[in-house]
Amino acid sequence: MSMPPSNMSPSAEAASSQAGTTRSGLAEAARPPREHYLNAGYGIKSWLLTTDHKRIGILYLLSVTFFFAIGGLYATAIRLELLTPQGDLFQPDTYNRVFTMHGVMMIFFFLIPSIPAVMGNFLLPLMIGAKDVAFPKLNLASWYMYMIGAGFTMWSLMHGGVDTGWTFYTPFSSTYSNTYTTATALGIFINGFSSIFTGVNFIVTIHRMRAPGLTWFRLPLFVWAHYATSLIQVLATPVLAITLVLLFLERAFRIGFFDPAIGGDPVLFQHLFWFYSHPAVYIMILPSLGVISEIIAAFTRKAIFGYKFVAFASIAIAVFGFLVWGHHMFVSGESAYSALVFSVLTMLIAVPSAVKVFNWMATIYRGSIEYSTPMFYALGFMGLFVIGGLTGLMLGTLGIDVHLHDTYFVVAHFHYIMVGGAVMGYMGALHFWWPKITGRLYSGFFSHLSALLVFLGFNLTFFPQFVLGYMGMPRRYHVYPEEFQVLHVLSTAGASILAVGYAIPLFYFLYSLKYGAYAGRNPWGAVGLEWQTTSPPPLHNFHEMPVVDFEAYEYKEAPVAERQPYRVVKYGL
Amino acid sequence: MAEHNHSLKPYVMVLFALFGLTALTVGVAYVDFGHPWSDVVALAIALVKASLVVAFFMHVKGSTSMVKISVASSIVGVLIFFMIILTDYMARGFS
Ligand SMILES: [Cu+2]
Repeated sequence: MSMPPSNMSPSAEAASSQAGTTRSGLAEAARPPREHYLNAGYGIKSWLLTTDHKRIGILYLLSVTFFFAIGGLYATAIRLELLTPQGDLFQPDTYNRVFTMHGVMMIFFFLIPSIPAVMGNFLLPLMIGAKDVAFPKLNLASWYMYMIGAGFTMWSLMHGGVDTGWTFYTPFSSTYSNTYTTATALGIFINGFSSIFTGVNFIVTIHRMRAPGLTWFRLPLFVWAHYATSLIQVLATPVLAITLVLLFLERAFRIGFFDPAIGGDPVLFQHLFWFYSHPAVYIMILPSLGVISEIIAAFTRKAIFGYKFVAFASIAIAVFGFLVWGHHMFVSGESAYSALVFSVLTMLIAVPSAVKVFNWMATIYRGSIEYSTPMFYALGFMGLFVIGGLTGLMLGTLGIDVHLHDTYFVVAHFHYIMVGGAVMGYMGALHFWWPKITGRLYSGFFSHLSALLVFLGFNLTFFPQFVLGYMGMPRRYHVYPEEFQVLHVLSTAGASILAVGYAIPLFYFLYSLKYGAYAGRNPWGAVGLEWQTTSPPPLHNFHEMPVVDFEAYEYKEAPVAERQPYRVVKYGL
Repeated sequence: MAEHNHSLKPYVMVLFALFGLTALTVGVAYVDFGHPWSDVVALAIALVKASLVVAFFMHVKGSTSMVKISVASSIVGVLIFFMIILTDYMARGFS
């Protein structure tokens, strides 16, 4: 990502130096609506029994943030341990539990629900002009399933955790591990239902609740991305559920599915597990791709180049995503013939992903770009997603995978996709729609700063891991030869910068709730139905039923200077 | 949503058809059709039973074409899933 030396400074300056004038100007420019979903009811019951999709989105926001923090604590522990070649902090057994709980927490309780359940829940009905999702009670039930699942997993965590890795490979998990595999698996099993409920809800909502005039090809690409995600959630998650049931049956009753000692086949577990878990990567990344389309259109003042291609690319990724799982099993005894087929299919799935990236670049080209905080995240996303994607192709190549399998190269690759891709998209979404969710503006200076720290810290953390892996450092080891130490120290240093980058938003977001300037309906001058209603939106989203007589992303390409007054009033503080 | 026929008669008929087909499954288990064919016959009967359940008990018969497309595509999905896994097992013999 190339930093604009002078272009970005006006907004940052306006935010930092003219804080006082900006805030008083804002109070006149925008006042909060008298009634909105946040003051529609008070007290704990109005939250825990709510069927309002916006409040459920907030419940999810609070809970995923909590589990992100727990996953982050485990990440901190891992990076600290790897600072030196010896095992200083943990016994090998403890280290196994630490990286397992890091993976389980981050994947099942943060990444999977992050964008769909938080941003999707909040925005989908707003974007399609509906009062709520199709099944509001099911929506609330999904949050409860999530919390109950998280409860079981937290219970096992507090009793010592699991040491199988987040992949639960058999026969270790079913026969030999002496940790709380069953409780954790049960937690993930229950959590799966929350994912399915969200998916079903979104599919029906998108099909049946669009505002008059909102045809499929007028939908924001965020909605297309969530449609594709929901298909995966509904079709893949049951396979994970049944796989965990089989694991439980083998562990509890010694029924031989996977353990060769009792007549099972361990590769069968990997087939079943990755049939869910590869598409699950797209549950994490597809919503992010949708977010990036929204942000790039808004801050280049252009319609997304090749709208239909980007929309169908989401569907193509969802469909092809089901056919590549075997690339995780090239060296696990899968037949050479199947490996060849899976390798070819893995190459194919890069096509729709690349279509998206090229179309974003074509959108940015000659756009009137504004380097707002969400745009920082979107640009950072594009660079990191390309690196993550292309290293994925390297791993999808049979010969290279033999060398790199189970090394830090793999760890770096999937963190570029999941943190550099999914989390950057999530942060971008939070910053883009925060004024809509809360009705307040956050600090321009600190949000730019944290976006930069996240980008720099992330690369410093994970780029050295590519090199480590290429040199042969295996994953899941906490003792390593001394020649690897420099790169590990770099990585740990990066992780501490990354942690600061993630911590700062916590402060300015909370600060904005009380002291942030009022955002008004549409602080970014973006198009889309969600920006036409008040911020925060009223209980039923719109005061009158919106009618759509415009195409998606109908931006007037105004030069930057003419885009007043939201440019001045954009940031509080 | 389309109105469903709430008369009990078709459900009772399907129920007895399922009983009958279950009896048939047990019956053919005593007949030796030769190696692959015993499995084929048993699976064919099971397929008929499953189709009855999906069409009548799950109201897919008489539903919108969107529902039918969803059901058909999920069946195709499951077939692909089994086919690819079984291909791996079969292909382990190649060299
Ligand atoms: Cu994969």
